[in-house]
Amino acid sequence: MAEIKLEDIIKPENLVFQKTKLFTDKPLSYCPGCGHGVVHRLILEAIEELGIESETIGVAPVGCSVLAYEFMNIDIAQAPHGRAPALATGIKRVYPEKFVFTYQGDGDLAAIGTAETIHACNRGENISIFFINNGIYGMTGGQMAPTTLPGMASSTSPYGRDVASMGHPLKMTELVANLPGTRFVARHAVHTPALVRKAKKAILKAFENQKENKGLSFIEIVSNCNSGWKMTPVKSNQWLTENMLEYYKLGTLKDE
Amino acid sequence: MAKVRGAIVVDVERCKGCELCIGSCPTDVLRMAVDVNGKGYHYAYMENPEACTGCVNCATVCPDTVITVYRIKVVD
Repeated sequence: MAEIKLEDIIKPENLVFQKTKLFTDKPLSYCPGCGHGVVHRLILEAIEELGIESETIGVAPVGCSVLAYEFMNIDIAQAPHGRAPALATGIKRVYPEKFVFTYQGDGDLAAIGTAETIHACNRGENISIFFINNGIYGMTGGQMAPTTLPGMASSTSPYGRDVASMGHPLKMTELVANLPGTRFVARHAVHTPALVRKAKKAILKAFENQKENKGLSFIEIVSNCNSGWKMTPVKSNQWLTENMLEYYKLGTLKDE
Repeated sequence: MAKVRGAIVVDVERCKGCELCIGSCPTDVLRMAVDVNGKGYHYAYMENPEACTGCVNCATVCPDTVITVYRIKVVD
């Protein structure tokens, strides 16, 4: 067999994967190893595959992903802290033919924006909500969030979260699955290739549900925050598998 | 028998050296370079390029989408 050189493989006709064109040229501002980048890519790939880039309006939150509009080459509005589902409701009602999604972290969706989230889900707005849960307030320096696990150390719970005084972690996904307004509720993760592929299928389904006017799709993505957790990216993904997934079980909770 | 050969191209200046691609590779192709890029990060490169099958796992987990994947079928 003749020796195959790398130059023979690296040719445009052999291309199997490249960065989606819906990313802008700006480098992502996230820490090395952060799951946000993967979720950004999955959403943009889903939009590209469905060919709806000119009909999609995103709503960015406050948090690490506040600058999502800098990286995603689609229309994006940036909502006040926690108000993304309310803003998305307004956008969808004015432009019912557009695809509207919110992209929120746990500080935005599960803390300050709990009311907006629950009411948007309960009204059954025809939007998609992508909820990135890393169990901590990442951008502000790793403080305890409503989603922080029992016993998990953060900068404001240095001895671990004590449920007796600090309460229990909030399972938003289970909560909204109980509401009659939601149509598709699922929890995914993006730290292994297989899980990334599964998460992409769910994100595609969330957009397809909007196309068919099926109602609200809520997808939680359990992600890491290696800077906030004070771990290396590889370690943080191990910790996520061992601890986060015990409490936040992956799977589809509701699909009607 | 047809065999599959792959190759990746890493956007060196965009790589943040998180090393997630290394653990995702089923054929142990990737390593971190001793050199650093303009931002001071060690970047991923193919240490055993002949083992790469172009499975796209590394590009799938890469948070910054710095990996482009190519694949060919080789007939013996």
